[in-house]
Amino acid sequence: MSDTLTHSERIEAGLTKRYRAEKRFRLYGIAAIAVAMAFLVIMLAAIGIRGIGAFQQTEVALTVVFDETHIKDNNWQAIVKESMRKKFPEVTSRSDKRLLTQLMSSGAGFNLQNMYRADPSLVGETRTVWLTASDDVDMLMKGAIDRASPQSERRVSDKEIVWIDSLIADGALELKFNTHFFTGGDSREPELAGIFGAFMGSIFSLAVCFLLSFPLGVMTAIYLEEFAPKNRWTDVIEVNINNLAAVPSIVFGLLGLAVFLNFFMLPRSAPLVGGMVLALMTLPTIIIASRAALRAVPPSIREAAWGMGASSVQTVLHHVLPLAMPGMLTGTIIGMAQALGESAPLLMIGMVAFIVDIPGSFTDPATALPVQIFLWADSPERAFTERTAAAIIVLLVFLVTMNLIAVVLRKKFERRW
Amino acid sequence: MELAIHTDVSANARVNAQGLNSKPHKVTAEGVNVFYGNKQALNQVNLDIPSNMVTALIGPSGCGKSTFLRCLNRMNDVVDGCRVEGEICLDGENIYARGVDVVHLRARVGMVFQKPNPFPKSIYDNVAYGPRIHGLAKSRTDMDEIVMTSLEKAGLLDEVRDRLDAPGTGLSGGQQQRLCIARAIAVEPEVILMDEPCSALDPIATAKIEELIDELKENYTIIMVTHSMQQAARVSQKTAFFHLGELVEQGDTTDIFTKPVDERTKAYVTGRIG
Repeated sequence: MSDTLTHSERIEAGLTKRYRAEKRFRLYGIAAIAVAMAFLVIMLAAIGIRGIGAFQQTEVALTVVFDETHIKDNNWQAIVKESMRKKFPEVTSRSDKRLLTQLMSSGAGFNLQNMYRADPSLVGETRTVWLTASDDVDMLMKGAIDRASPQSERRVSDKEIVWIDSLIADGALELKFNTHFFTGGDSREPELAGIFGAFMGSIFSLAVCFLLSFPLGVMTAIYLEEFAPKNRWTDVIEVNINNLAAVPSIVFGLLGLAVFLNFFMLPRSAPLVGGMVLALMTLPTIIIASRAALRAVPPSIREAAWGMGASSVQTVLHHVLPLAMPGMLTGTIIGMAQALGESAPLLMIGMVAFIVDIPGSFTDPATALPVQIFLWADSPERAFTERTAAAIIVLLVFLVTMNLIAVVLRKKFERRW
Repeated sequence: MELAIHTDVSANARVNAQGLNSKPHKVTAEGVNVFYGNKQALNQVNLDIPSNMVTALIGPSGCGKSTFLRCLNRMNDVVDGCRVEGEICLDGENIYARGVDVVHLRARVGMVFQKPNPFPKSIYDNVAYGPRIHGLAKSRTDMDEIVMTSLEKAGLLDEVRDRLDAPGTGLSGGQQQRLCIARAIAVEPEVILMDEPCSALDPIATAKIEELIDELKENYTIIMVTHSMQQAARVSQKTAFFHLGELVEQGDTTDIFTKPVDERTKAYVTGRIG
C-alpha cells in the first residue's frame, strides 16, 4: 500500500501531522503564558484587595481643650480622655470609662502634641480635631470584625459598637486617607505603624549598595574582559565570580556580621552595613551581566578604534563602554531589584530591629521594606494584616519605579549612540 | 659569467627603480615569521613596499596575507598568543623595536577593514575621531576643515554634506566604506592598509572605491589585501602572491599576471587553484 505512494504524496501525508505538531506547540506556549499571567493577576489582586484598606484610617472628630495643666504634665492622652468623656456624659462606671478611652488610639495624644509644638498659642483653646481611632474600631469600620458574631468572639463589645454607631451618626467618625502610614515609622500599635522608616532604610541601603557595586562591578568587568590576559589566574577569578552569584544570600549576611560588624566595628542595624552586604550579593550579578554586555560589543568597533590609533583605555571609554552601557544597566537593575527584595542578609546584621525613628543617615539604626513586611506579618494584631499587604504594595511600587527609571536611562543611552 | 652579469643587472635595476622613484621603500619586511600559539601563519616573508603606489597582496584563503597586513600596524598585538619575529621597517625604523609607540605607529599607518565599521556616531564625529584623540585640530574651524577635506578626498562629501549629524551607520555599505576611508585619512597617515575593502560591496560601490584608491596613491602608500585578481590587476602597481604562509612571488603587477615565474603563482592567477 505504502509502496504505491509517490514521493510527493508521502511528504504531503506527513505535512498535516507536522502542522498539527506546530499548532500544538504554539498552544502550549500560549497556555504557559496564560497560566503565568493568571498567577500574576491573582497575586496582585490578592495583595491589592488586602492592602488597599491600610491606605485609609478611621479617625474621630473630638472637641479638645488644650488644658494648661495637662500640657505642663505632658499628659496629652488625658486631654483625649476628657474630651471623650465630655462627648459621652452618660458613661459613668469606671470600667466603661476605660472602654470608652480605648476607642481612641494611644497615639491620639501625639497628634495634639504635634499641634501644640507647631503652634504654642493653642494653650487654653478649644478645637475640634480629627484624631486616630484604635485599631479595633478601624477593623470594625473596615468590616474585618463581624458585628453579627457573638460578643465573646470579637474584640469590640456591644457597648463600644453602640458608641461607635452614635459617633458615625454624628458624622464624627470617618475613614480618612492614612497619611501617617506613609510618613510614620514602625509602631507596636497598628494604627500608628508607618512604612516611611523602612522605606528610608531601603533607600539608604540601596544607595550604598549601588555606589559600591556599580563602579566596582563595571570596573571588574571591564578589566577582566578588555585588559586582563587570559591565563589560569583569570580563569580562577571567573569561576569564583560565577560561584559567588550562586551563594545563598544569608551567607553574605554572616560574612557581613563577622567582618563588617565584629572586625571593623561598624554600627549594628545601619543601612551603611546593610548596603555593603547587599553590594557583596549584587556584585557577581553586575559583573556577569556587564561582561556579557561587553562581549556583545562587535569586535569590529574595537578594531576600528585601535586602527585609528586609540589607546586601549580610549577604545573602551569612547566606544565599547557606551555600547555596553544599556546591557550593564539591565544587569544592575536586576541586581538592585534583588537587593531591594532581600531580607535574609539584613537579618544577620541587625536590620531586623524594631525601630520607631525614621533613619536620617547611613549610620542610623534602620530596617528595610522586606524586613518590615516580615516583622508585620509576624505581628498578632488583625490590623497588621492589611498593613503587611500595603507594605508589599509600597515595595512593589518602589521596584516598578526603580525599573522605570532604569529603562528610561537605558533608552537615553541607546538614543545617544 | 652569465650568472654574475645577471645579478649585476638586477642590482642595477633596483638602483634605477629607486632612482626613478627618488624615494626608498616605504615599508620593508625582512624575515617575518608570525605564530598564533604553536601554529605558524607566516614563514620568512621578505617584502619591500614602495611609496605612493598600490601594492596588492593576493593569495588563497588562509595564506597569511591578512596576517601580514595586520603586522604592518601591529594590529596583531591584541590577538592572544600571537608572536611576530623578524623585522618590519617603516621609513627604515623597525616598528617592532622596543620603545616604539603603537598609538603613534597607527596614526602613521591607517587601516580600512573588510567589513565597513563606522562608529555608531554621527558622520562628522566618525571622521573627527582620529584628529580629536591625536589632538590634530586646534579649533572647531580646524576640525571642520579636516572633516570636510577628508570627506572630499574620500569622495563622500557631496553625498553627505547636508547630513553630517546623521549616524554613520545609516549610510549604504559603499558609503560606509568610504566613510571609513575618510576616517583613516583624516589623521594624514603615510600608509593606508586595506583588508579586502570591497569584499562586502556591490560592483558599483566597488568601482567607486577602486577609483578612490587610485586617486589616494598620489599622497599615500597603499597596501591592500584582495581576493579579486581583477581588482589587483586594475588598481595595483605591485603585487605580492602569498601561499601557505609563504611569500611566493612579488613584482610589478603586470609581470605577476602576464609572466609569473613560480608555478604556484601561475596556477593561481590563471584560476587553476585558489
